[in-house]
Amino acid sequence: MGKKTSILSPLKALKYLFKKPKTLLYPFELKEPAMRYRGLHLNDWDKCTGCGNCADVCPNEAIEMKEIPEIEAGDGERNERPEIDYGRCCFCGLCVDICPTASLRLSRDYFHIHFDPKTFKLLAKDEKTDKEHFLPEGEYSIFKASLAHRREKYEGFSPDLEYSLFNPERVPMSQASPEERKASFVEQVKGFSAKEAQKEASRCLECKLCEEVCPAEMNISDYVRNIWDDNLEEATRDIYKTNPLPEICGRVCTHKCESACVLGNQGKPLSIRWLKRYVVDNIPLEKYRKVLGTEEIKSIDRKVAIVGAGPGGLAAAYYLRLMGYQTVIFDRLPKPGGMMRYGIPEYRLPYEALDKDIEYIKSVGVEIRCNTTVGKDVSLDDLGDKYDAVFVSTGFHNGRSTGVPGTERSGVFQAIELLRKVTMGEKIKVTEKIVVIGGGDVAMDISRTLGRLQMEEFGTVGVTVSCLETRDIMPATPEEIEEALEEGIKLYPGWGPEKIIIDNEKIKGVVMKKCLRVFDKNGRFNPEFDVEKKMEIEGSMVVEAIGQAPDFTFLSEKIKEKLTYEGRKIKTDEYGQTSLSWLFIGGDLTRGPDVINAIDTGHKAARGIDKFISARE
Amino acid sequence: MREVELYFGPQHLGMVGNFSITLKVEGDCILEATANPGFLHRGFEKLMEYRTWIQNFPMVCRINVVEPDHMEMVYAMGVEKLANIEVPERAQWIRSVYLELARVGSHLFGLWAYANMLGFDTVAQWSMYHRDLILDLFEELTGGRVYHIYIWPGGVRRDFPEGFTDRMVETLHSIGKCVPDYNDIFFNNPLFYERAHNVGKISQEEAKEWGAVGQVLRATGMPYDIRKVEPYAAYDKVDFDIPTRVEGDAYSRVLVIRDEMIESVHLIFKLLDNMPGGKVFNRSFNPFKWKVPEGEAYVRVESSRGELGLYMVSDGKDKPYRVHFRTPSYTHGLIILEKLLEGANIADVGNTMISLYVVAPEIDR
Repeated sequence: MGKKTSILSPLKALKYLFKKPKTLLYPFELKEPAMRYRGLHLNDWDKCTGCGNCADVCPNEAIEMKEIPEIEAGDGERNERPEIDYGRCCFCGLCVDICPTASLRLSRDYFHIHFDPKTFKLLAKDEKTDKEHFLPEGEYSIFKASLAHRREKYEGFSPDLEYSLFNPERVPMSQASPEERKASFVEQVKGFSAKEAQKEASRCLECKLCEEVCPAEMNISDYVRNIWDDNLEEATRDIYKTNPLPEICGRVCTHKCESACVLGNQGKPLSIRWLKRYVVDNIPLEKYRKVLGTEEIKSIDRKVAIVGAGPGGLAAAYYLRLMGYQTVIFDRLPKPGGMMRYGIPEYRLPYEALDKDIEYIKSVGVEIRCNTTVGKDVSLDDLGDKYDAVFVSTGFHNGRSTGVPGTERSGVFQAIELLRKVTMGEKIKVTEKIVVIGGGDVAMDISRTLGRLQMEEFGTVGVTVSCLETRDIMPATPEEIEEALEEGIKLYPGWGPEKIIIDNEKIKGVVMKKCLRVFDKNGRFNPEFDVEKKMEIEGSMVVEAIGQAPDFTFLSEKIKEKLTYEGRKIKTDEYGQTSLSWLFIGGDLTRGPDVINAIDTGHKAARGIDKFISARE
Repeated sequence: MREVELYFGPQHLGMVGNFSITLKVEGDCILEATANPGFLHRGFEKLMEYRTWIQNFPMVCRINVVEPDHMEMVYAMGVEKLANIEVPERAQWIRSVYLELARVGSHLFGLWAYANMLGFDTVAQWSMYHRDLILDLFEELTGGRVYHIYIWPGGVRRDFPEGFTDRMVETLHSIGKCVPDYNDIFFNNPLFYERAHNVGKISQEEAKEWGAVGQVLRATGMPYDIRKVEPYAAYDKVDFDIPTRVEGDAYSRVLVIRDEMIESVHLIFKLLDNMPGGKVFNRSFNPFKWKVPEGEAYVRVESSRGELGLYMVSDGKDKPYRVHFRTPSYTHGLIILEKLLEGANIADVGNTMISLYVVAPEIDR
């Protein structure tokens, strides 16, 4: 025991009687909560995407996502916002640390006293969207403080990317270097290893915003979860539910899912496309039928003809075949694949990958007749007579021309034709300097392809790309542009062609004029130029890549008359059925143009055709 | 004289927390005491089997109101051990500072309970006020006053805010300045000495046999402290003493608590002086895709009442398979208390119980 003091020593405490009291005279003397105080919720409705991760992580199920009909949800958004039940909330702030948009925060106010438990629910907002309940210093009174009477600019516990519960960083993908790429048509993206794929898959928060924008409505979060679980067979089954071309989509899909991915708000979106590729790259073709349970398909005595062996046709044929239909695909080119084979360069989509998907579709009993042009070798009318239904998905194989003076000459090419020739193995005579007109993905594809051919021929790349759009609104995917630049391709965005310079019957280059705007106020394509501002791009070969158009030569006059049109498009219902009930169309003809939209039109048409044939019987 | 059964608690002035002791008395003398827990059983251990690994993190702290922080720590350590998560160096140091701060806060709360129960209301007021100053520090660091929800698997939730160290040192100094006053009116006060010495006396052999830990054991002369026995966080990086006494009675236990508070404050200063830089959180999981590998772990920390252990089993899924806490109040409140009350005076029931630092929510969970 310590030194004992006198029995009177407690009287020492009396000295505190004459000191200023330490207790605060609340509510006249307020105590400011700390800057990190975890009080009532704040939510920035403009930033919030309604992903619902806050509700999922909440340990007390205190958060419910409420539908707000007034909110117009764009891609990667839901018109839902979190509602917090303060009868359940424990103010742990996990909802803040998981919020991928950093919209959800906690404020420093903590008052709510009411006799009615219903008032304990709050649709969290902040002063930006709710001026009525968030009041400035002067109007705020502590005596009225409640969920409906709060102080503005009173933020407490806030999200911090360093401590977030989601991982904003992507697992880096190993890619061929620009030098390596330029020198050959080797595939650029090398693919994930198992460990990398599982790590990347583990980033997924399963909010499923991606699935809402996927044109083919793929079960993304299911297969990503199965990748993380290392169950690739189940993942393959998830993928094949709505997409029979995963090797292809895993490489060249326009990945709308990734733009919608909620992780992209503060970090990098999940590499959904490459994860899909990882799944199928690791399942050998021989195992497909066993994994997917398609070893035995009971055929029915109904036949469907499909015109075009592109993604739309292949998807329709596959899903019809699974339902038992006998399906035959007709294609005018020597090999199946359509635009995927003849439009997409090999470095982006190697032929082995393409062949693997197509071989599997063939293995379930889909017949593909190549080198057969519908409209020439066999008429569409005949197909209509011989088959129970016909699905047409012929793609956009005709290039469009700018029509400026000089484009009619030889030496001016269409990108899409050149790409087709490269695939067919035809020799293309490239010159040392080439001008490409256009700013979309096809322009990038042809420039990079020509660059590779130039490397072979001359050892240097001499391709110049110009387009009407400025860099920020160029339609090509940003990575494509970036990679083209890395490979030594020159880019002049914001210029339009005026004429081709011809000197001594030879192409010398293109005169360009400055483009002031591409679209008018109504959003229509209506470019305006500054004719004073001009420049010349040197080149002895010009390639136009400004868009493609469909080729309707397969339609006979008889059929054309019976079809109804919507503008220049053939009118169809949701399944692609035209006014001729046995004729369904899809692919680029109805939506797109891209692979994933085509697959979806094919899948829908398969369901539509099944409905049509079943109903007829 | 007639034998009477008396209920001490849960509604009793001398009782702290929802706990009850059934006494068989003859006159003023206790013949038999039966600890009667169960008033605070909330089923935490079972609840944790139904929540994901991250959802358990805001919940474990609620097991013990007085000192949530060591609960957080032991859970984080358990998960880290099972999932093999590395914790950055700075986070370990911050954890130590934070846990020592929690120890001081918890002891002040305990002091309030003890002084209040014995009628030393002034001391009770002081210690409650000083605990509040510590809660202010917690509020600034973590955003919460009582439930801090701060130590999570992989590190801590946020780094120190700017200027926090200075304010912490200042607050601790201001509390430290009052130690002489505390001594005069409480610890060295003959009134208190008479009330507490020789009450609830326990020998070292008995303490060991009955499973005593913390101050109860240290007040019998055994310097047993998990921070030294099995160092965690940054406790092996700095030097500190383990206060002990030999008498083994209520008075010596309270003095051990006092000395421990002083030692903790010194320890905080040492930790702050050598605090390394760097990050404080290793992100290694996504709460929705987090499976902890199959296995079992037993981890333990020195909470303010003694050894706090956690046994956790994972069957490789997204939730724990089984969680069990070994809390110091369990043995102190159920076994030792019963033994010490045999033959004691009715007036010493609360005195003995609080000197053993029994916190009821820890027993029931």
